[in-house]
Order: sequence, then C-alpha cells, then structure tokens
Amino acid sequence: MEKSGNILFSGVGGQGILLASEIVAYALLDAGFDAKKSEVHGMAQRGGSVTAELRYGKKVYSPLIEPGKVDLQMAFEMMEAVRYLPMLHKGSRVIVNTQKLLPPSVANGSVEYPENILDRLTEKGITVIPVDAFALASEAGEIKTVNVVMVGVLSNFLPMAPSVYEEVINTQVKERFRDVNLKAFALGRKVS
Amino acid sequence: MNKNQFWMSGNEALALGAFEAAVSVASGYPGTPSTEILENLVKYDEVYCEWAPNEKVGLEVAIGASFAGSRALATMKHVGLNVAADPLFTAAYTGVRGGLVVITADDPEMHSSQNEQDNRNYAFAAKLPMLEPSDPAEAKEFIKLGYRLSEELDTPVLVRMTTRVSHVKGIVEKGEVAPRAVASVVKNAPKQVMLPALARKRRVYVEERMTKNREIAETIEINRIEKGDTKRGFICSGVSYLYVKEVFPEASVLKLGMCWPLPEKKIKAFADSVDELFIVEELDPFLETHIKAMGVACKGKELVPNQGELNTAIVRRSIVPETVEKCFEASALPPRPPNMCAGCPHRGIFFNLSRMNVFVSGDIGCYTLGFLPPLNAMDSCVCMGASVTIAHGMIKALENAGAKGESVHNKVVSVIGDSTFMHSGITGLLNSVYNGSSATLIILDNRITAMTGQQQNPASGKSIKGDPATSLDIEGLCRAIGVKHIWTVNPHEVPETRKVLKEAMDCEEMSVVISRAPCVLLPEMKERKAVSYYTRQENCVGCGSCIRLGCPAISWTKFGEGEAEAKGYKRTQKGVSKIDENICNSCGQCASLCKFDAITRKEA
Ligand SMILES: Cc1ncc(C[n+]2csc(CCOP(=O)(O)OP(=O)(O)O)c2C)c(N)n1
Ligand code: SF4
Ligand code: SF4
Repeated sequence: MEKSGNILFSGVGGQGILLASEIVAYALLDAGFDAKKSEVHGMAQRGGSVTAELRYGKKVYSPLIEPGKVDLQMAFEMMEAVRYLPMLHKGSRVIVNTQKLLPPSVANGSVEYPENILDRLTEKGITVIPVDAFALASEAGEIKTVNVVMVGVLSNFLPMAPSVYEEVINTQVKERFRDVNLKAFALGRKVS
Repeated sequence: MNKNQFWMSGNEALALGAFEAAVSVASGYPGTPSTEILENLVKYDEVYCEWAPNEKVGLEVAIGASFAGSRALATMKHVGLNVAADPLFTAAYTGVRGGLVVITADDPEMHSSQNEQDNRNYAFAAKLPMLEPSDPAEAKEFIKLGYRLSEELDTPVLVRMTTRVSHVKGIVEKGEVAPRAVASVVKNAPKQVMLPALARKRRVYVEERMTKNREIAETIEINRIEKGDTKRGFICSGVSYLYVKEVFPEASVLKLGMCWPLPEKKIKAFADSVDELFIVEELDPFLETHIKAMGVACKGKELVPNQGELNTAIVRRSIVPETVEKCFEASALPPRPPNMCAGCPHRGIFFNLSRMNVFVSGDIGCYTLGFLPPLNAMDSCVCMGASVTIAHGMIKALENAGAKGESVHNKVVSVIGDSTFMHSGITGLLNSVYNGSSATLIILDNRITAMTGQQQNPASGKSIKGDPATSLDIEGLCRAIGVKHIWTVNPHEVPETRKVLKEAMDCEEMSVVISRAPCVLLPEMKERKAVSYYTRQENCVGCGSCIRLGCPAISWTKFGEGEAEAKGYKRTQKGVSKIDENICNSCGQCASLCKFDAITRKEA
C-alpha cells in the first residue's frame, strides 16, 4: 500500500460526507497511519457544495490537500465530481455516485445539467469509477446509506480488511441503523 | 493509536483540555467555528455549561465564576469577541481568582462569517497573553497551559483557534484530570471594583504583568526553535506552522505557540542564525509588524497574501514561485450555493417580502439565505442585531430628510431570527419604540439557533443539556417594551401571512410580526411521520408559482417541441413542475400558492 495519500470527499450538504470520511479515517488509523481530516461546518452545509479532506501517512502536517495532489476522490454527485478538478492530477481515481442533484439554477429551468460531465475527467487521464450508489442504497433498504455504499466501494482501493470498516460502522452508527449500513457497505464493496 | 489516544477535532480537544484542567463553569454563544467546544464540554458531567444569549453575557458569567475561585471558560467566534470586548478589556485589569480562558475561533476565508478580522490584534490591544495551537493535540495542551498561566500571572488568557484548527481532526492523547478548586466568596474590592482610583492602580499592574509575561515568553516550551539549515528561517504560529513544515521540511523554524507577547531576544537570536527570515502568517501582518518594530529585517506580507486562508500551495507560491507545478484549470459548472432547507419556515416570509416593494433590513442566521435568488429579498446585513437598528436609522433619515409628502412607515422592514433577537435585537427594538419608529420588525421564531447547527436558546424551552428551561414569551416581551401592534403568523400559510404583513406595514407606529414555526431540522420534526406533498402533474398549468419559492424539492421540466400537446396540455405550456418526495419536508407553502389544485398532500 502507498505510504501516504490524500482522499477528497465531495458532495452536497446533507449527503452524509462527514460520516463517510469518518469511517475511512478510523480504518486508516486502525492500520497504524497518522491522519488529519478537514471538514467544513456551518453555512456551507445548507445544501451547498461541501468537501472533507483526509490525509494519511507516517506523519501528517498540513490538514489541507494541496491542489493537484488528490490521489482518490469520493464524489457523491456527478457535478461535485468535476467541481474540484484543480485538486486532481493525471492518474487520480474518482469514485462517482452517478446521481444528479439539481442545483437551484438547474432546478428552476434557467440552465441545463451539463451532459456527459464525467468526460471532463476522463479526457484529462483521470480514472473514473461510476457507481449507482442511490440504487444500491435503496437495495440496502435506506436511501440515506448512499454514503456508506460509497465507503464500501472505496474499501476496494485501500488495503484494510472489510472487518475494520464494519467495526467502525458498529461504533459510529446508531444501533437501529446498523444493519442497513452494514448491508450498504457490503453492496458497495461488491462493486469493482 | 494506543488506548490513550483519540481521534478528535480541535474543538473536541479543547473540551477535553478544559475538562482535564478542572474547569468548573463554561459559558458561550454559538458561532462557527467555535460552537462544538461547548457542545462537547457539556458531555462531562463535572463541568457546568450554558448557552448565554450573547458573548458579552457569556464572558461576564465566566468572570463571575473566576471571582468565585473556579476555573472558568468563555467561548465564541471571532466577531463574538467584539461583543465581549467591553468586559474583556477591563477583566485585563481585574485579573482573575480562578483561572480564566477566553477562546476566540477566527474564520479566515469567511467560510461562515461576515468578516475575517484577525483577533490576535485583541491580545495586543487588551494587553493579554494569547496562545495559538496548530492542531488538535496542541489545542488540548495549550488550554491547560492557559489555565496555569492565567493563575500564575493573574490574567485572563486568550486562546486563538482558526477554522483549520477547530474543524480539523487529528490524534489527541488523554491526560490526567487536575484537582478542582473549591469555590467560595472572597471580597477583594481593590482588585475587583474598577472605579477610576482603583483602576489606575491596576493599570500599573497590567504593565508589570506584561514585563513578566515577556520573560515567560522567552523560555516557555511552546515558543521553540526547530533548527534546520540556515538558508531560510521561518517564524510562524497556528496552522501556518504546519504549511511551512510541509513545504520546507529542511528549513529552520521558530514556532510561536504564544503569539503575544513576543519573545524579543529569542526572535533576534533566531533572525541572526539564518540568512533570510520569512514571517508566514494568515491575515494581518501581526507578527511581522511587531517583529519589524524590534528592528529585525524580515519578509512577510510583500510575499504572503493578507486575505483568506493559506495552504501549502499558497506558501510555496509565495516563497519559491519558481517551483510551482501547473494544475488543471477549473471546469465551468452551475454553482451550488447553500439554500434554506426544503420546508424551512423562513422561505414563506422571504417569498412574501420578495413580492413587496420594501427595503428589507436583514440580519444573520439561516434566513440570510433569503438574499439569494430566486427570492433576492434582503437588502442589508451587517452584524447580529443590526436589522432593527438599521431600519430605525433609515426611517429617521426618511422622515427628516426624505421627499416631501411621501409616507415612510411602509418603506422599511427588518427581519431577525429568534436567537439573534435575544442576542442583540431587544435593545434595538427598545430604542425603536422609545424613539417613535414606524418600521415593521419580523421575528422569525423557529425555536432554535439553527444556522450553527441547532443550539438551544432562551426561547427554546430547553437548556444546553436538553433539560426543561424557562422559555421566553417573545410577544409578552415586545409588549413590555411598548410595542402596541403585534401579530403572530404561521409562515407556511403564505397568502394569509402576506395580508398580515401588509397590515403591519400600514401601521404608523412600530409593529412586530412574529413568524412562528419550528426549524425542520429539529429532532422532533425529523422524526415526524413521513407525509410529503406531490404534484398532480395533470393539473399543472406551468404557471411557475411554486418554482419561484426556490424550494430545493421542486424542479421544473421544460417541454420540447410539441411535447405539451402530445401530453395533453395546452399547446403553449412551457413545462411542468415536480416535487421530489424524498426531499420534501411537507410544509405546504407551495400548495398554498398553487391556484390549480396541482399540489396535494399525500396522506400516509
Ligand atoms: C457576534 C456574533 N456571534 C455569533 C455569530 C454566529 N451566528 C450567526 S447567526 C447566529 C444565530 C442564528 O440563529 P437565529 O437568529 O435563531 O436564526 P436561524 O439560524 O435559526 O434561522 C449565530 C450564532 C455571529 N455571526 N456574530
Ligand atoms: S436549518 Fe432550519 S432554519 Fe435553517 S434553513 Fe433549515 S429549516 Fe430553515
Ligand atoms: S411542501 Fe412544497 S415547499 Fe414545502 S418542502 Fe414540500 S415541496 Fe417544498
């Protein structure tokens, strides 16, 4: 496994990015890494575009990822996969939930949702891994588990065993939601 | 991580540090990025915590606890210290009995703020020591150190956080919990009654204390030199230190954990040990100005930006621009600004205001988003509480110097949230009534301080712990202040609310409309049975009335050539609207606007 790395989580406020990034962070800590994670709270969470930045390695100083240095991005929405393009480099991998959440200007009909938007990544030599996380979350029995489906997909790219994530889900998620979240994780993990 | 190590944010670490320092009383007012400090500290049963209605109150409560011999804490965001500046500057004279720490959480880049003032300037102005941690682990240690310094030097101590320390998670190690001081009443008028004769004596002490504090700054461990090569030396504090370490791991660094007062001897010795000296700091040239005043040559703001946050890329570009690699250009996309939640009660009010020809003097909270399209219904927003007073000032100007014969009372409306009203709107309303304003004030009573993530306030009926508390009767309060014209409306009934707003604006005396409906993110609202509204698309005539609300659950589908006719609509219809039932929070505002029976409640 890489000795250090930078993971960017991007999506829309309310999609559960904080929980997803938290599960991944704990799993990395469990594997013995130092880590730092930056979150945005407050105004930015009211349905706006949001990110969390997770860095790991032997010793991590800066809590922010330098533009161009993201190795892996977890995008919870298609447009939000492309919004942070300057953070990526040729060869970055982007796991994308292929859901479309309409920003106000698209919802009210004044502009169109851009077509074939993920081409803007692939044409730069970025590897795109599309996932219908919404469908998988519905299959798990709770559409709010999109975030944990995404963690399941990501787990294939990191060396920690699934049991590490499952243990974190058990401690981080309220008891009555545990089973659907474990199911969501398993469904995401199956995507390759 | 070992068993004693925990993954926590800077704010959680401050709470742990305060607990380990045996803090007894903590008070504060929410504000990003400071809010989670008290939210986490309240989890320790040994500490008494409370939400104060504003930061001045919170700091005064902490001063009181300190006077009783207990360790005390006040927390706030950067602009909160402006509100609490009055007690702060004089507490610098009284000093403390139990240790007193004041945390100011600054927000460079204005992620969630109206300005990006640099509160290190307060340490200089109030003559107080300030500690500035770089990461969560330091945050915990520094607050504990703050209490030791506070008692040793008989001074309040400022701890400055920034967004990238408060909201960053890292590894923190648990420590020992200090023994708790026993509180008691001890009178000490010469030290605690700041009338001129006594204050003059304390004034002398403040300078003596600064001299002693400067000596401490020379030797304190948190002001440390990390020897590297002598080519470049950096002086930095807070999160800037981390960026410098990452970009220049080989360089010499003087890390200032105490950013005021400064260790002059140490700085001069460090400057002499390197070929070139750089000061890397976010926002103001605070260290730079004071270091240059010592006669030390250094480079700072001519290279490093004085606006916004720094990061490793900015530090690299500032110091070694020749090494910068090119990144991908941003790709053009429709923006995704924040929006009020689906079902937010504020939307009904702002929708109505957007349809009225009136100046909306706004305030700070979730409702500030009423400024954004499609509502565009806010015309000013300065600081908490200013909605009421700015409206009053405008009214008086219009009365005194406006066009002859024009009515004034229906020109300006102010809008304020419940928490903001209690924070600093009440005195403004008192002034408006006393001085005969004819404005209309709308109080958005959603029972909670929503924008910062649902904190209880004096109108919530609950304490910070969630225990029952006395709930302010807002209407009774307005009446007691002297407001004669008061209405309470349900903002989800949009047309009815419009009628009341018109009536209130027609009043020639100060009038108040209380808009009462809970925030949809309250736990009790989230746990309601899921009943949503849906669109009967066969009835939709495409008038767009509901779209103009700007609810995130409603979207517009444009018809292509001939599509309207093919689907059985009028040939000229341009499209239909649709509710996403997964997003809808069943407020009914859109239904109250639809004249074609196309939006209906779906019964469970
Ligand atoms: C002096 C100061 N303290 C704190 C804040 C942070 N802040 C802004 S608005 C707000 C409260 C908003 O609550 P409310 O007025 O009830 O409106 P809501 O968000 O519930 O709609 C807070 C805590 C600030 N901007 N200024
Ligand atoms: S959190 Fe509450 S007050 Fe804020 S936008 Fe959402 S519903 Fe409105
Ligand atoms: S009822 Fe209408 S306005 Fe209210 S949340 Fe649902 S779609 Fe939005």
